[in-house]
Amino acid sequence: MQTHTQNEPMIFKPLPVQAPPLSLVGPIGWLRVNLFNGWFNSILTIICIAFLGIVIPPLLSWAIFNASWVGDSETCREASGACWTFIGNKIQIFLVGPYPSSETWRPFVAGMLLLFISYGTALRLFHKYLLILLWLLFPFIAFWLINGGVFLVVVDQSRWGGLMLSIGLALVGILVSVPLGIILALGRRSEVIVIKSLCVGIIEPIRGVPLITILFMASVMMPLFLPENLQINNMLRVQVGIILFSSAYMAEVVRGGLQAVPRGQIEAATALGLNYWKMNYLIVIPQALRNVLPSLVGRCIALFKDTSLVIIVGLLDFLGMAKAAAQDSNWLGYDAEAYIFCALVYWVICFSMSRYGRSIELRGATQNQ
Amino acid sequence: MPDQMSSIPAKINTGDAVIEMTDVNKWYGTFHVLKSINLKINRGERIVICGPSGSGKSTLVRCLNGLENHQKGTITIDGIGLSSGLKAIEKIRRDVGMVFQDFNLFPHMSVLQNLTFAPVWVRKMPKKKSEELAMHYLKRVRIADQAEKFPGQLSGGQQQRVAIARALCMNPKILLFDEPTSALDPEMIKEVLDVMVELAQENITMICVTHEMGFARTVADRIIFMDEGEIVEADNPENFFTNPRYDRTRAFLAQIL
Repeated sequence: MQTHTQNEPMIFKPLPVQAPPLSLVGPIGWLRVNLFNGWFNSILTIICIAFLGIVIPPLLSWAIFNASWVGDSETCREASGACWTFIGNKIQIFLVGPYPSSETWRPFVAGMLLLFISYGTALRLFHKYLLILLWLLFPFIAFWLINGGVFLVVVDQSRWGGLMLSIGLALVGILVSVPLGIILALGRRSEVIVIKSLCVGIIEPIRGVPLITILFMASVMMPLFLPENLQINNMLRVQVGIILFSSAYMAEVVRGGLQAVPRGQIEAATALGLNYWKMNYLIVIPQALRNVLPSLVGRCIALFKDTSLVIIVGLLDFLGMAKAAAQDSNWLGYDAEAYIFCALVYWVICFSMSRYGRSIELRGATQNQ
Repeated sequence: MPDQMSSIPAKINTGDAVIEMTDVNKWYGTFHVLKSINLKINRGERIVICGPSGSGKSTLVRCLNGLENHQKGTITIDGIGLSSGLKAIEKIRRDVGMVFQDFNLFPHMSVLQNLTFAPVWVRKMPKKKSEELAMHYLKRVRIADQAEKFPGQLSGGQQQRVAIARALCMNPKILLFDEPTSALDPEMIKEVLDVMVELAQENITMICVTHEMGFARTVADRIIFMDEGEIVEADNPENFFTNPRYDRTRAFLAQIL
């Protein structure tokens, strides 16, 4: 302590910065904090390690070391482990279902194009507007490739199936239901009472029923009400059902985001002379979507997984094809492999969507520090 | 710039009214916020509005660009009536800039984008030209080096200066300030006031709701004191501070000075 004299000011010297104690940093610190933090945690950790020790070795020997990787059903029967040969043999069924073999290059090209666009999206290779254009054009190009028509042989939609169908239904579902959800959410906040009631009247009933109900209605009941010459094909009806269902949920997610945009943002945009649509498009919606991005991505992932429900209205999606493939009399008893493969593919796709969502979030976070 | 705070010559009253409020009344539900407001503001005039909270001063300013609707009376901005339809209001808003208490910058855009955005989308200005304009005004508010940053990375005083530059980019005839320094830390109030004092030397009509009486004394042509939704008195700073007519004004001044 210095003594303070009247005329001379005391000099403020900040204390030097010190490193944290060693027990908090490095691998040892990590172990202590995360795995052995108190006796209860330590016991849990030991039990978990023991459990993994029991489960993992047999799993590895079944899935990898004793598995059959190439050959035919004979080699599979000899191997004591998993029969991945089955997946390899049935890959076409898994991916495109009963699509004619001579034409499989068409979904393949569409798939490659999708991979290319996704890759470009993830690495941000394209300009914003080009990106939107690509995603909007892709469904039409893919539809032309898969369905045929101009220059290509028409493939009846009853022969569409497999992963191609699942991705198709989900992709069109997402691309249509996100904008539709935004419009419904804006409508629900509208001051015009007719628009508001209309949107509430669409959102609430749809949210009140399970997707299966909507699929049944679209597939089974709708044809009963429509006249003979106005019949729309089953797949389109199912797609519309998925879109309606998803839009209602998207609308509620987006509405949450809209409510979180401060009133001052709308006032500032209004004061600058923007009209209602420009204000929403440029100021309100971008912020609202950023607010709810995690739930929005969650809805997209849920939508992709929900497409596996279309099997109950007779469409042969990825999971449905896996089930069908496992019933082939040459390859009986490989259900586990089929479902594990399905789970893996679903996981890869959903996880990629999740990671992409996270990367957009992080990019937004650097702006909102 | 300390010397700027001391003397700005009074504007010559040209008698050319740019804002005319005639018998303006406004209610929030049954609450009478603005009571029979009559006010004429001339082109280039610098007005400071003060008064206790709840006196209707912010509401008055927000009525001038239609952020709030009045229910009775007429407001005419540069010859256009504020009640004559959405198109007219949008036209008025293009010429009336506003600076808010909470800045209200757009957090998802960089500082530069915040500035170029309205000229491009509302005035249809080419992007390049709007960027030059934006940099010009960012230099004016002494913050050009922050153009690429996002609002969340700036201090309150910097954000408010960006907000002023954003309003200026629309080349407004009238600039409204709604308590521009009330949300700022004391250390940052001066940097914003300095910019506003500089602005006051231009031929722009300024209407400023503020409690900064030093600022009012320096730049205002007229100070308006409001209470209970009414204009109690309006006078030049000299008379207003030294010889207010109403006891209510005196009581208010006694409290804040």
